[in-house]
Amino acid sequence: MGKYIVRRLLQMIPVVILSTFLIYAMVFAMPGDPTAGKCGERPCPAAYIEKFNAKYHLDEPLPVQYGYYAKNVIQGDLGENQYGRPVAEELSERFTVTAKLAVMALIFEGVIGILAGVLAGLRKGGFIDNLVLISTLFVISVPIFVTGFAAQYFLGLKWEIFPALASGKDPSLFALILPAMVLGSTSLAYIARLMRSNISDNIKSDYVRTAKAKGLKKGRIVGVHTLRNSLIPVVTFMGYDFGALLGGAIVTEGIFGINGVGGYIFTGIRNRDGIAVVGAVTALVIVYLLMNLLVDLLYGALDPRISND
Amino acid sequence: MAIASISAVALFATACGGSSDSDSTSGGTAGGEIISGGCNPENPLVAGNTAETCGGDVLDVLTAKLIHYNPETAEPENDIAESIETKDNQTFTVKIKKGYKFHDGTEVLAKNFVDAWNYTAFGPNGQQGGYFFEPVEGFKEVSDPKSKVKELTGLKVVDDLTFTIKTTTPVSNLPLRLGYTAFAPQPDSFFDDPEAFGKKPVAAGPYKFDSWEENSAIAVSKFDDYSGDFGGNADKITFQIFQDADAEYTALLAGEIDVVRQIPPSALIDNKFQTDLGDGRYLEKENSTFQFVGMNYNVDPKLKNVKVRQAISMAIDRPTIVKQIFNDAYTPATGWVSPVVDGYKAGACGEYCEFNPEKAKQLLGEGGGYDGKLTLSYNGDGGHKEWTQAVCNSVKKSIGIDCVATPSVDFKTILTKLGKDEVKGLFRMGWVMDYPSIENYLSPIYGATASSNYYGYDNAEFQKTMSEAGAAETPEEANKLYQQAEGLIAKEFTTIPLWYGKTIIGWSDKVTEVKATPFGSPDLAAMKVK
Repeated sequence: MGKYIVRRLLQMIPVVILSTFLIYAMVFAMPGDPTAGKCGERPCPAAYIEKFNAKYHLDEPLPVQYGYYAKNVIQGDLGENQYGRPVAEELSERFTVTAKLAVMALIFEGVIGILAGVLAGLRKGGFIDNLVLISTLFVISVPIFVTGFAAQYFLGLKWEIFPALASGKDPSLFALILPAMVLGSTSLAYIARLMRSNISDNIKSDYVRTAKAKGLKKGRIVGVHTLRNSLIPVVTFMGYDFGALLGGAIVTEGIFGINGVGGYIFTGIRNRDGIAVVGAVTALVIVYLLMNLLVDLLYGALDPRISND
Repeated sequence: MAIASISAVALFATACGGSSDSDSTSGGTAGGEIISGGCNPENPLVAGNTAETCGGDVLDVLTAKLIHYNPETAEPENDIAESIETKDNQTFTVKIKKGYKFHDGTEVLAKNFVDAWNYTAFGPNGQQGGYFFEPVEGFKEVSDPKSKVKELTGLKVVDDLTFTIKTTTPVSNLPLRLGYTAFAPQPDSFFDDPEAFGKKPVAAGPYKFDSWEENSAIAVSKFDDYSGDFGGNADKITFQIFQDADAEYTALLAGEIDVVRQIPPSALIDNKFQTDLGDGRYLEKENSTFQFVGMNYNVDPKLKNVKVRQAISMAIDRPTIVKQIFNDAYTPATGWVSPVVDGYKAGACGEYCEFNPEKAKQLLGEGGGYDGKLTLSYNGDGGHKEWTQAVCNSVKKSIGIDCVATPSVDFKTILTKLGKDEVKGLFRMGWVMDYPSIENYLSPIYGATASSNYYGYDNAEFQKTMSEAGAAETPEEANKLYQQAEGLIAKEFTTIPLWYGKTIIGWSDKVTEVKATPFGSPDLAAMKVK
C-alpha cells in the first residue's frame, strides 16, 4: 500500500511539468497584448510597455520565458502576476475561500444527494422516488446562472434569509451556504440519480437476499451491505467533482462576488497573465491528481475485493 | 500683456457654481463610513503610474493636486496652488499654499512637485502617466526608455513655495491640466522605495491611506491635518473590491455598499435600475467618453471625397442605435468634443450628424458613390461587436453601401495595423479626456505628429489655429480658436462622431450629496452619510 502511494506520487511529477508547460505555452500563444487596457482607453506609453515586457521577460522567446519561470518554481517561487503580487500568496488566499466553498458544496451534495437517492431507490415508483426524479430533472435542466441569480434574488435580496453576496477576503461560512448550495445543486441531482439506480439494482442482488435470509435487520442490510457497494461509483463521481468545483466555479463565484480561484483563472486568461494562470492551474492539476489517488484508495476501503497492490 | 491666471477662472467658478465647497468643510452632519464599490488597481498606487479607474478612484481621494476640478462644472479651482501665473503662456510661475501637509506630516514644498514630475517623465521608470509631461521643455530627452537625462529642463525650483514650468510651445491651458492625478506631488519618502510606497501610499489629500487587503478592500480615513478647501465629509471610505459589475450592483441592492461607479448593462435594460433603486438614488450625467469612427483616406482613396464621408455619417441612425444597443446609456453626438469640457460648443457637426437617408443618398451620388465593400474594423476585446454591426446595417439600409463590421483581436492589433497603413475603410475609436479642455479632444488626435492621429490628418490651417489658441491671452479667446479648429475638422470630416458616454451611478439610502466628477466617478469626498 505504501509502495503504491509512493509510486503514484512519483508519477505525478512528469504530469505536472508537462501540463504546466502546455498551459504556459497556450496562454502566451494567445493573440493579444498583456498591457492592453492597463492604461485606460489609450495605449500605454512606450516606456511603460518596455519596462513591463522586460520585467516579465515577454520580449524573449517562449522556451526562455518558461525557463525563467521553471527556475523560480523549483526554488519555491511561483512568481509575480501582472499586478506585481506574489502568485503563491494570492493563490493561498483564494484557495482557502474556494476550498471552503467546494467542501461545503461537496457535503451538501453528498449528504442530501445520497439520502435522496437511497430513499428513492428503496421505494421505486413511490412518492419520494417520483419527487426525486422530477426535482433532479428540473435542477439538471436549469443552467447554473439561472439557479444562482434566482437563489440570490429570492433567498438573498427579497426574503433576506441568507446574505446575497460572499465578497471580501474571508467571507463567513454562513455567507457561503447559499453559493455552496447553488454550486452543488447540479452534482446533487446526479448523485441522487446515480445512488437511486445503484441501490435499486443492488437491493435485488444475491448477497442482499442472503442477508435477509440470515435474518438481519433491514437497517443493517441497507445501511451496511447495500449502501457500501452502491457508494463506489458515487465516490468516484464526488472525487472528480471536487476538482471541478475548485476550478470551475467561475459562474457561481461571479454571481456571489466571491474572490475565488475560478474568477482568478478567468481574469488571468483574459489579461494574458500567464504566470497567474499557470500557478493556479498547476495547483488544480495537483488537486486533481491527489483526489484521483484518494478515490482509488477509497475503493479498497469500500470493497475489499478491489486491491491496489 | 495678460495673465492667464487660473485664479480668475476659479473665482468665477466659485461664484457661479454654488456653495458645494463650503458645505464640504463646514458640514455639521459629517462623519460615518462610506463603502464604495471598487476594483483591483492595475498597478501599485503611485499617482504617476495610474491611468485607469480602479486605482484612480482611490488616488482621487488620497491625493491633492495644484488644481481641483469642480464636480458640477468641471471648472478648475485652486487647490494646493496659491496662484499659477504666466505672461506668455510658456513660462508659468506656480506659487503653492503654505502649510499643506503630506500624510506623514512633512510639508508640501515646491520640490515635491518637481521631483515627482521628473520621476514620472523619466523613461526608464516606465510610468503610465509619463506622457502628461509632453509639453514641458526637455521631455523628449527625458522620456526615452533608455534615457540618461533625469531632469526636465523646463522645471525649476525657485524657493520652498515657488517653482516654474517652461513649455516648448505656448500652452494656454496648461494650468487646467494640472488637476490630473499624474501631477500630484510626492513626499520625499516616495523616492527611497517607490515600489513599497505604492502599497502604502502617502499623499496630501483629504484622506489618508489605511489598509489594502488585496482582492478585498482598500480603506482610507480622514486626514486630520488636511488644510485644503476640498475636505471630505465621511470619516472613513472603504473601497470594496468586486470582480464583477453585477455582483457590485447586487451588493448595492443588498445594502452592503453605498455607491456603485457604474450601473451594469443588465440593470439598464428597461431602466430596471430606476425601479430597483427608486427616485433620488441614481444619477445620470454625461461623461467625457466620446465614440467615433475614423478613416485614413490616403490608405483608402475610395473615401477621398468629403461628400462620401458626410453621406456615411448621415446614414447612421444614432438615436435608434443608442436606444436599442445601449439602452440609452449614450447620447448621440453633435460634434467632436464632449459636452462636459470647457470650450464645448453644441452642434459643431450640424446636419451631418443627423439621420437623413434622402440627403445621404444625394450626397453619395454627388461624391461619386462608393464601390465594393466598406469595412468597419473594431477590436474584439471591448464589446464593440453589436454596435459596429448596427452602424453597418444602418449604412447599408440607408444608402446601399455594402458595409461589414470586421473584428481584430484587440485594440493593440488595430493600432499596430493602423501604424502600418493596413486598415482600409472605417475603424472605431474612443476617447476619454485627460483633463477637461476642448483642446484635449483636438491636439492629441488631429495634430500632424500627434500620438493618437491614426487618420493621416495633416492640415496646416488646423496646426496654425491650434498654436494660436495655445498662445491666446485669455481662456475665452483660446476656446474660440479651439472651436474654430473643431470647425476645420467638421469641414474635413475625417472622423465621424457617434455618441457621448453617460455615467449612471447609484447609491444606497444611507448617503446623500452624491455628485459625479467630470471624469464620471462619484465624488466620494463630497458624499455625506445620513
